[in-house]
Amino acid sequence: MDMQLFGLIMYAISLATMFGIYGVLCLGLNLQWGFAGLFNAGIAGFFAVGAYATAILTSPESPNYLGGFGWPPLLALPIAMLLSGLIAWPVGRICLGLKGDYLAMATIGISEIIRLILKNEDWLANGTMGISTVPRPFESLGQPWGNVAFLGFVLLVMAILYLAAERAWISPWGRAMRAIRDNELAAAAIGKDVVRFRLEAFVIGSMVMGLGGALSAMYFKFIGSSATEPLLTTFLVWVMLIIGGSGNNRGAMVGAGLVWLIWSGTELLTNRLPAEWITRSSYMRALLIGILLIVVLQRFAKGVLPEKPPRRIDG
Amino acid sequence: MEALADFCNLYFFPGIAVGCIYALGAVGISLIFAILRFAHFAHGDVMTLGAYLAYSLVATLGWSVYVALALAVLGGALASVLIDQMAYKPFRRSPGIIVVIASFGVMLVVRSLIQLFWGVDVLNYETGIRMPVPLIGDFRMAQKHIIIIVVSIVIAASLHWFLSRSRMGKAMRAMSDDADLARISGIDTERVVRWTWLIGGGLAAAAGVFAGINSKLHPSVGWDLLLPLFAAAILGGIGKPYGAIVGGLAIGVAQEVATYPWIGDLPLVPPAYKNAVAFFVMVCMLIWRPTGIFRGRVL
Repeated sequence: MDMQLFGLIMYAISLATMFGIYGVLCLGLNLQWGFAGLFNAGIAGFFAVGAYATAILTSPESPNYLGGFGWPPLLALPIAMLLSGLIAWPVGRICLGLKGDYLAMATIGISEIIRLILKNEDWLANGTMGISTVPRPFESLGQPWGNVAFLGFVLLVMAILYLAAERAWISPWGRAMRAIRDNELAAAAIGKDVVRFRLEAFVIGSMVMGLGGALSAMYFKFIGSSATEPLLTTFLVWVMLIIGGSGNNRGAMVGAGLVWLIWSGTELLTNRLPAEWITRSSYMRALLIGILLIVVLQRFAKGVLPEKPPRRIDG
Repeated sequence: MEALADFCNLYFFPGIAVGCIYALGAVGISLIFAILRFAHFAHGDVMTLGAYLAYSLVATLGWSVYVALALAVLGGALASVLIDQMAYKPFRRSPGIIVVIASFGVMLVVRSLIQLFWGVDVLNYETGIRMPVPLIGDFRMAQKHIIIIVVSIVIAASLHWFLSRSRMGKAMRAMSDDADLARISGIDTERVVRWTWLIGGGLAAAAGVFAGINSKLHPSVGWDLLLPLFAAAILGGIGKPYGAIVGGLAIGVAQEVATYPWIGDLPLVPPAYKNAVAFFVMVCMLIWRPTGIFRGRVL
């Protein structure tokens, strides 16, 4: 095959895989913010728990950190989700009875402390060096078919999550969640257990974020403190969901695709800049993303695919 | 006696200095939370901006950092008003949590502008080592800590005068106690909001400069302090500026003192986990007393 064409195809596959991973993260955040109006400012933390759990469970044994235990990758996914959920539960228990800002402060706190632990405890996760021997499913198929198969797997996970989220949206559970989001007092008055519903949305959403982290660790075959930077996780995912349209599962995925295209597209552009600017190009991208977030919030707060009002029963 | 002196010299006095930095930052967070009803996540980056403004004056004009502090405070105050007008004003009638997302955007913008203008290298206001100043007996204090504490006391006294004597200060306290009541008694709320940003932003800039003096200057110097700042504001009680000062001092001292080898020879809390102390205090307050020690508001 033509080398240039091959490179282009591989680039497209990597773009699509990242889209799938961010799509998973956005669907998780949509469960929290879109469904229940919960502000999670610590996506990075839940992402990191899922990613590191996968890395420790699946990588081959190493003297430098806990494990690795050499598990098959698919077995690690549910454990990664479970651990993220276990961390989300107490945080939610403490904060979900208070105004949303308190949850934001507590989640950013727990996320920074998780990242601090993973960075400082060398015995646990090899400290700043990270773990770079994470196996990726299907990699034995070689290039490009191994990458294609993994892309298919990521997209399948996203599709299953999407269908489940769509089902949840129209279910009584989803309706109660939106009622609580839009009018907490009224929902409580008709007997909905506000804190419990919120806790469910928060824990399930965080588990999905853990799953996103797990997929990311597998894809990069590496996890380290640089990969859990809030810029690439917390902030980027928030921008994606807001631009795509919170409260709309399809919007969450569209946002992931659009913003990831912008993010990697600007990389192609900035690589053509003079050398002294290239080192600073990543800050220009962060600047762009920040401005985009503020402008979209001010002008197009509903996003590309706005939340659809429920269908009227009387037609 | 010697042990007590060591404890004070190495843990307690630095803790008070750190506490002053937290207090200056937390006053703004507390006032903004009460008056504008949102947790200002970009506050740490306003601190960083102030620190870098002072650095530019030190590096280009050769000023002492303590003189540059005054202009940095002015810069931080004006920048905060500008940020509010451009980024937050359109959200006055939106639910508070939307503004928090906007403050995420502001945080990215401010930090990436700092990285673009000043780069990402670690900087220092001044180089060289200064001997600690002897106080009484074995008690000693670093010169920078003395200056940080003295200047913070001056700033806190001016803040107290402003809040208790001036019309605007009283209006500000009224609005932070009950915004609706303040509005119907004829207070120009938009003016109060502008002054809130001036005060909060100015104090944040001072805190940022002090943080740079206390350790080093880098683009995430303010972001790293965000967690203790929130903890201090909650500990003191949201909407209570004096509470924020007490909360800041308490968190600062607690963080430093927690690294003392209370049990055995090792630090009780490893220094890398100082922020975990602040988080622990915050979580305890949220569980048992979300109003804080000064009975602030739970919004």
